[in-house]
Amino acid sequence: MAVMEHHLHEASGARRHLPMEYRDVHQSLRILGFWLFLATDMLLFACLFATYLVLRTHTDGGPTPRELFDVPGFTAETFILLTSSFTGGLATLAMRNGKKGQLIGWLAVTMLLGLSFVALEAQEFVKDALEGATMQRSAFLSSFFTLVGTHGSHVSVGIVWMFLTLLQVLRRGITPITARKVFIVNLYWHFLDVVWVFIFTIVYLSGVVM
Amino acid sequence: MANASGQHTAFGPGPGAHGEEEHKHGAGLYIAGYILSLVLTAISFWLALTRAMPLGPLMLVLIILAGLQIVVQLFFFMHVTEGDGPPWHSMALLLGLIFTFAIALMSMWIMSFHYQVQ
Repeated sequence: MAVMEHHLHEASGARRHLPMEYRDVHQSLRILGFWLFLATDMLLFACLFATYLVLRTHTDGGPTPRELFDVPGFTAETFILLTSSFTGGLATLAMRNGKKGQLIGWLAVTMLLGLSFVALEAQEFVKDALEGATMQRSAFLSSFFTLVGTHGSHVSVGIVWMFLTLLQVLRRGITPITARKVFIVNLYWHFLDVVWVFIFTIVYLSGVVM
Repeated sequence: MANASGQHTAFGPGPGAHGEEEHKHGAGLYIAGYILSLVLTAISFWLALTRAMPLGPLMLVLIILAGLQIVVQLFFFMHVTEGDGPPWHSMALLLGLIFTFAIALMSMWIMSFHYQVQ
């Protein structure tokens, strides 16, 4: 396979055709490490999804998913997060084209979309809690807030991380190291988008249907 | 190191080539991925909110649509096929996905006998 051949010839010339974030062996290794992190983070969500799937009918006379979920609310959250995944992708594209200004712009747009997602979710949680749908109310609500809250805190961490990456790009420009950082923060962001797709499918849409 | 010599060459012969570079790096791919993810999401929402099918088949179709969204993110946005060595990351992801579905589905299955332990 061609891919393996490149691995064997790691002389400086052989890596030139690669995107910038892969051109240094060490950065490339860090990207592999980050993929491994994503695979294990997926297992965290697997456990939380399994818990939710088992407990979602255990409402203990409290609010049911159907009563609780607000369709316009989670539709907006979904649209915002899908769009932010796209703008994150455009940030990677700008990085690969060596366009620092565009890169910073798209990172900022992605962060703003992430912030509005978190704000909407926080608003949803507060509204639920004020209506008596707190985490302590039933097993369904415990598993719901744990799963969706874990995703929301991942997004919050992602926003802070993206901001720190943005600062480094501002100060140092696009180097193999900042290129790798931009690449992996966006991998993380796309991963969170995938997790959200499963949340809106398994939690929200299923909850409204059942 | 490799980066020192490779840093500038891949950005094309000169500043004039930037327009072409952009096409080469494929903004089109991202736009296609975005449109696909919006279309898949719209189908999911439409099927669920109009209750277009009986519950069982509906859940199956929703899960398949969500699976397609993974494919879109991986191939259009996350550049899963790129890299410089054997695709270890793909194997790790595949293993992670197998574990994920195993944990979720087996938990549901085993707890379907839950009448004694509720």
